[in-house]
Parts: sequence; structure tokens; C-alpha cells
Amino acid sequence: MPISMDELRQIADLARLRLSDVELEAMHSDLNRVLTHFTHLQELQLAGVEVSAHAVDAQSVWDNDEPSGGLSREQALSSAPSAESGLFLVPTIIE
Amino acid sequence: MRYVTSVGMEVHAELLTKTKMFCRCPNAFGGEVNTRVCPVCLGLPGSLPVINRQAVEHVVRTALALNCQIAMWSVFHRKNYFYPDLPKGYQISQYGETNPIGYHGWIEIPSEDGENKVSIQRVHLEEDTGKLMHLPGGKAGVDFNRAGVPLMEIVTAFPPDIHTPDEAREYLHYLRLTLIHLGASDGKMEQGSFRCEPNISVAPEGSDKLGTKTELKNLGSFKAVSIGIQHEAERMISTIDNGGELHQETRGWDEGRQISYPMRKKEREHDYRYFPDPDLPPMVFDEEYIEGLRAALPELPLQRRKRYIRQLGLSAYDASLLITDDPGWAEYFDEAVSLGGSPKLICNWMNGDFLAMLNEEGLPARESSVSPAHIVDLVALLESNRINGKQAKEIFEQSFKTGEKPSDIVKREGLEQLTDESEIRKAVKEAMNQNPDAVQKYKEGKTNIQGFLIGQVMKKTQGKANPEIVSRVMTEELER
Ligand SMILES: [Zn+2]
Repeated sequence: MPISMDELRQIADLARLRLSDVELEAMHSDLNRVLTHFTHLQELQLAGVEVSAHAVDAQSVWDNDEPSGGLSREQALSSAPSAESGLFLVPTIIE
Repeated sequence: MRYVTSVGMEVHAELLTKTKMFCRCPNAFGGEVNTRVCPVCLGLPGSLPVINRQAVEHVVRTALALNCQIAMWSVFHRKNYFYPDLPKGYQISQYGETNPIGYHGWIEIPSEDGENKVSIQRVHLEEDTGKLMHLPGGKAGVDFNRAGVPLMEIVTAFPPDIHTPDEAREYLHYLRLTLIHLGASDGKMEQGSFRCEPNISVAPEGSDKLGTKTELKNLGSFKAVSIGIQHEAERMISTIDNGGELHQETRGWDEGRQISYPMRKKEREHDYRYFPDPDLPPMVFDEEYIEGLRAALPELPLQRRKRYIRQLGLSAYDASLLITDDPGWAEYFDEAVSLGGSPKLICNWMNGDFLAMLNEEGLPARESSVSPAHIVDLVALLESNRINGKQAKEIFEQSFKTGEKPSDIVKREGLEQLTDESEIRKAVKEAMNQNPDAVQKYKEGKTNIQGFLIGQVMKKTQGKANPEIVSRVMTEELER
């Protein structure tokens, strides 16, 4: 089922992506190709095939509870669009 | 019409770990904003989460303590929603009926005539969000120190077993104590490590359906929870009685005005688009691991309470003084009882003079110079009538200061209580001879003058005389 241009704009908006008209056009055609591929997947006969959510066969991969790594605040904030008082500035929320 | 209130409870507890759930940033409270962050908990592209083994163990132990089934195979899901405190655009959580680490359990809470069971639907593991903060000028900023802190969610079963504000409070009290005694969480409500959200509904008595429910948020204390539930139930009943209609909603509790107010519309569940997180392989437990943890569980607060009341003969009140946020306090008591001596007297001394002195010095019991053996020693001196209550207080104070054993103080200072009746009688007669006026008044019917005479006897014996014997002998002599 192809995605409409309006739906695409809404998803971009939710994902906080600002796309130009040219980018929207390109995204529209790319996404529809992906979705078409999924409709092919849905045609497969999968009765009797075990459900799997993971691509690799690993299980119970743990880490010990010991601190390591981390970024300095300067490093962390360096990729923020805007920061103030050590915080990542975000749009105010209207509930 | 009469109504029955039903209360479901959702509790979030931050786990006591050194690091976060899926990265090794420190898990701590307070400090400078955005100083415990890394690419994983900031949701930067290309970073990968790794499960904290200790957090999983806390949840398994809690699930076992709450009599849950354990999911021997369990996965994490992504719960998708957009909010500035959630950098990845999804929260890693656990979804489904039998996928959470623990499910279908129960906890006992005290009731008027024994215990009630509260059924638990699930105990699952997830991560906390960052903290949205308001800045001057109407701006908002986010601190991600808390983002990714291990969070355990405990949800009661449906239909709810809790029907009154008091039951809700007892449930939260024992659940919180259980987490603290397990060492799974510090339970600090004021720091947000223990948060509860009740959902409340009312239905006509005898109805087999539950009414429309509302979820109550922003409850900062157990007192607020019970007042909030009471208020919400009354609001719903009066709405129905006045022909109004209830709708499912989330309401906030206004502590200042003691009322609830409507908050945002509750998102429908499918809006979260839960799906298994492909970055996190399933957790698989074996029988040996689970049974090992089960066998090593400590005695839990409610079991302890039952033992104190039923086996040691303590009152419910005394038991509650011993079973506190400090598991060491009950352990201290247990050790004293195991050394012998009346549990009631040990409890009284611990929660009386000892606790007052500890609080004054700001000391935990184990760091003071008084050991459980000291308390038992003191109680033995009292029980064998070798010292009286007044002497005991003085001896205990010395013991607290110096660490000397009460019986050693008694020996060294010759403080043994005087119980020899003939010696006491001698002192009584002396006091009467020296105070003929008082004796005269007694004979004229002013019998409370006896207290004065007893005081004279205590003075003569440097406070060592057994007060009961003095009183009995004094009455005998005066009535002669
Ligand atoms: Zn991190």
C-alpha cells in the first residue's frame, strides 16, 4: 500500500525532519519502493515457520555493573542545536 | 446506591545499581546536569545498548519475592513515542503477558484479621527517561543524567484486589519495604526512586463490571496516595449520582489544593507500536540460576512481621517499629533475641533509649558501642531484678558512651539492686521514724503521702532498692 505525500509529511514532522520539496519527492519514491518490497514479503507462505525477532542467534549478552566510558558535558552538548545552563534546549511542551 | 471502589497500582522503582541499564554511565542522584551521559543514553546514531546484569538480577529477585512466575526466555521491546526527555524516540521496556521477567505473582499485606493477598500482574524491566527542566524566559531544557537508569515496573493484576485507600497504602508500604530489604531499590520517594500511579474506578455494589477508570499522577507521598484515592472515588460517585458521565482520563493531584485535575488524554496502547528491540538479544535464564537466587532471598518484611507477632508475641505496633527502611535494625533485634532475653523488653529498649541516643548522635546501630549482646545483658539484669528501671537507664547511658557491658558497670560500681527484704524493712522503719508528721497524715487518710516516704527510702538506699518491694513493705508497716 503506497504512502501518500500527506502521510510522509506527517511522519517527517513527528521525526523532527525538515525536508525540502525535492527531498520529499525522493523520499516518497524510495519509501514506496521499500513498502512495495514488504508487500512481496507478505505474500510468502510462512505457516510453520518459527517467529524470530532477532537476526543473530545470540542470547543473554550481559555487561558487568562497573562504570566506564561516557562523554564530557562539552562533548555531549557539542551536537545539540542549542544548549543553555548545561541543558539541551528543547521546544516547550504544550499539554 | 452503594459503590465499591477498585484500585489498580502501577509502581516504578529505580534500581540500586552502579551503572545505567544499557550503558555504563554511573547511576546516581543529583550532581551537575548532563555529566553522566554517553552516546547510548543520548540516543546517538550507531550506539548499541548492552544489558546490565545486576539490574536483571534485582528484577528476578523482586519477582521471586513477589511469588511470580519467571519468564525463562524474555525480550525487550521498543515503546515508541515522541517526547523531549526520550532521546531515542522510544523507551526500551518489556511488553506482553508472559514476557516480562516476572508475571502472575502476589504479595501479602496485613489486614484486620491476618493478611490479604494482592495479586501482581507483572514485574518488568525498563529504562528511565531524562528530566525536562524549565528555564527562565519560558524556555525548556533536558538533563539526561537520569535517561537510561534501570527502572522496574510493578503492576497489580486485573481485576484489582485493592478496594480502600488504606489497603492501597499498606500495599505500597510493604512493596516499598520489600524492595528496600531486597537491596533492589532505595525507595526514596522524595528523590523519585519510588513512584506510584493508582488507577481508580467505582462500580455499584454487586456489579460484576468495573467502572470507567482514571489514572492519578503527581502523588508525592503515601498520604497523598490515600487522600487522592479517597477524593477521586468521591468525585466519581458524585458525578454518577448527579447523572454525569465519566470518561477514561489521566488526572493530576494538586497537593496544595487537595484536588485532582484533568491531564492529557491517555494514549491508546497500540499507538506505542511495541516491537522487539533488534539490538538486544533475548535473555535466557536456567533453572539453576533462578533457584539459586530464590534460595538466597532474605526474610521479607511481611514474613518477619508475622514471625514477630505470632512467634515472639510482639504487638503489630512493636513489629512496625522494628521493620523499617533500615533492614539492619530488624537484624540487630533478631541477633539480640537469638542471644536470649525477652523480645518485648529488647524491643522496648531498642526503640526507646537506644534509638533516641542513636538519633542524637546520627549513628547507625552497628556503628555504636552498644552491641546486641549489651542490650541482652541489660535486659537480663532487669529480668532477674538485679537492677531497677531507673538504674537501667543510667547504666545504659554509660554503656552507650564507653561500650562497657552493663553487668560490668553494675559490678564495678556496686549498683546491684537491693532486694533483701529485711534490709529494705530497716530503711522503711528509719524513714518512718524520721518523718512522724508524714506517718500521722497517712493515718489521717492522706494515703498519697506514701509516695514521699518511698522517696525517702530510695534516697537512703542510693536508688538501689527494688521499688515494688519498698512499696509493699511500706504499706505493711504503715497499716500495722
Ligand atoms: Zn550512558
